[in-house]
Amino acid sequence: MKRLNWPIWLGFLLSIVALLSYPFVFVNWPITRDFPWANFVLFAVALALLFVGVRRAFTPERRRLSKVVGSLLATLGVIVLGFFIFTFFIASRWMPAAKGAPQVGQQAPDFTLNDTNSNPVSLSELRSSTTNGNAARGVLLIFYRGYW
Amino acid sequence: MRSIQKNLNQFNEAGIRPVAISVDSPEESRDFCQKAGYTFTFLSDPKLDAIRRYDLVHAGQGINGHDISRPAEFLLDSSGTVRWRMLTENYWVRARPEQILEAAKALR
Repeated sequence: MKRLNWPIWLGFLLSIVALLSYPFVFVNWPITRDFPWANFVLFAVALALLFVGVRRAFTPERRRLSKVVGSLLATLGVIVLGFFIFTFFIASRWMPAAKGAPQVGQQAPDFTLNDTNSNPVSLSELRSSTTNGNAARGVLLIFYRGYW
Repeated sequence: MRSIQKNLNQFNEAGIRPVAISVDSPEESRDFCQKAGYTFTFLSDPKLDAIRRYDLVHAGQGINGHDISRPAEFLLDSSGTVRWRMLTENYWVRARPEQILEAAKALR
């Protein structure tokens, strides 16, 4: 009777791992970043464990507390999956459309900004700079959200 | 950005200079580059000068509710003309280095 209902606990922990492994691990490789299939595999295993755990919790010989804890952890696991789907597929798309961004074929606006040594650098300087002694053929501007 | 750093040799060979731009201060960017091992150019745009000129302002998304840039990549040729760009619709999804290097082949 006092035997731990391990599938429910393991399933719950795995759902947390499935959530956190995206920003901390899988985001590092484009193949697991652009579509989070690795996280969905982990969530699938977590849900299977939670399902087994709930069934186990509701066998007659289990105490009421076991049923309550089992239901609670299973619900939390599903909420964690819902949160993951929400942040990956919905909240991440809340971005301005950038309709005024320079189009292909247009001239990119010039700017002068400070580099990490606080020295001003202009886009026109970057364009005419050299890489490894060769004249630059192009510049790749990567705008990112920053770490604030 | 990690994948840009990993492929920096290929970008050098292709004559493409990667430049990262955000609202982070030069000091923040320097710390970030040191921790992450990034060796290409990072520029600081705290007043959103360039970010506004490229229409990339994402209002109120910073940690204290300040404005930041939405993610975007532009490949310019040496005359400053945009030759390829990616305005992702999902901020987890970014340009892959092989896409950019493929687009860079068209530059002369």
